[in-house]
Amino acid sequence: MTAGHLADLLIAAAILALALGVVLARQVFTAVALFVAFGLLMGFAWVRLEALDVALTEAAIGAGLSGLLLLGAARRLARTGAPVDEKPPRRAQVVAIGIACATVTAALGAAILALPDPAPSLAPMVVASLPALDLGNPVTGVLMGFRALDTLLEAAVLALAVIGIWALTPNRAWGGAPGWTQPRATEGPLALLARLLPPFGIVVAAHVLWVGADAPGGKFQAAAILAAMWLLPWMAGLAAPPPTGAAWLRAAVAVGPLAFILAGFGGLLLEGAFLAYAPGAAKATILAVEVVLTGSIAVALALLVLGPAVAR
Amino acid sequence: MTLLLDAFTVAAVLAGLLFFVAGTAGLLRFPDTASRLHALTKADHLGLGLIVLGLAAQAESAGGVLRLFAVWALVLLSSAASGPILARLARRGGAGG
Amino acid sequence: MTATVFGLLGAALVGIGLFGLLARPEPLLRILAFNLLGGGVFLVFGAVARRGAAAGLAADPVPQAIVLTGIVVAFAATTLAVALVLRLAEAEDRP
Repeated sequence: MTAGHLADLLIAAAILALALGVVLARQVFTAVALFVAFGLLMGFAWVRLEALDVALTEAAIGAGLSGLLLLGAARRLARTGAPVDEKPPRRAQVVAIGIACATVTAALGAAILALPDPAPSLAPMVVASLPALDLGNPVTGVLMGFRALDTLLEAAVLALAVIGIWALTPNRAWGGAPGWTQPRATEGPLALLARLLPPFGIVVAAHVLWVGADAPGGKFQAAAILAAMWLLPWMAGLAAPPPTGAAWLRAAVAVGPLAFILAGFGGLLLEGAFLAYAPGAAKATILAVEVVLTGSIAVALALLVLGPAVAR
Repeated sequence: MTLLLDAFTVAAVLAGLLFFVAGTAGLLRFPDTASRLHALTKADHLGLGLIVLGLAAQAESAGGVLRLFAVWALVLLSSAASGPILARLARRGGAGG
Repeated sequence: MTATVFGLLGAALVGIGLFGLLARPEPLLRILAFNLLGGGVFLVFGAVARRGAAAGLAADPVPQAIVLTGIVVAFAATTLAVALVLRLAEAEDRP
């Protein structure tokens, strides 16, 4: 057993312990804190699985933004009380559920141990077709080139989620600013962080986006960093979140998927297939669409965390 | 030359791990939140700095070294901000010791 | 062996997440358990991707891209679920 395998077992054991802690926690706040730690350790697991782009995304979105969202929700629910409309299950029911879940785990584990060897893989196809896109990162090539339709639909799902959350606005608050009021912190550590970090965060996000063409990175990670940089001054009370009725905000959410769709139709006109790229112009088209998408996804992610407008 | 660099990396990373263990021991054994924050921030920063130094010896380019130190600087900044906030919360009794 | 360890961890997380989803009535804990379930599924994908290492790549990039998409979509679903829970709590507050 090499050192790498020992590290795998230790990371897996820690993740398992944290997951059990989340599910068995007494208080919601404890569960959320353990969940953030779980997300960060999952980043380690992804690194061990040689999936660096996924590791970045898990750390940024799975641990960072999700943690922020759930901590805020836990605090608000602690004040108003959680809407629990059913009794907790009796002990016999809990045991039955436990046995059923253990069966599911056992079946899935057996399937994993029975995976075919040698494993089928699409990697040779990807490597063969990657030079046509002039990209060095195969995951970016798959996301923006070979499965571009999936990425387009994903961007559309984010916009739909924003619409879904805004649909929950109470009537009298329609068009107002989202999020609950944050006390203004003009001095102190939070204000320092909110003033100092965003410029660096924006540079880091631009770097992650740019370098995603040839190395691990890409637009989702960059968008998550940008969203966090926008949320930070709001958390310190130094900036007000924009009103949801603002036309520029709605345009910002929509422009990313629209640009992607336009590129798709351009491919239809020039190359005869939706989302086909002209040979030689593939990297330029992809980068242009990615830049527009990053801004749009960043706005969408921040709005998803902020939630619907509240009556003031 | 690479042998020297490798030896330096191993020594620095081991020293950094030692500080991390010390910080974790403090986290588990100190009586209240303020002293735990002390152990967490100071020992962990030194440990991270030593690990970053050790890894910088293995970097392939100047950009890599710069990025490693940027990581250290960002961690310092964020815990410099969150440490006092946690301490303030603990003093008010909200974080539960 | 790395892939097998994390694949089995994924299976365990699916079971744990499913248990939390069914056995805990608090809505936020259910949302957390749903995320655990999703994480387990993604790890299974990751294990399959790692086993598909070929042609000079360390892992098959197609399942990794699918997991990336999945993480973002799961986050969007979580935000919608949290907004629904908060709205329900608010609605019950005012008689």
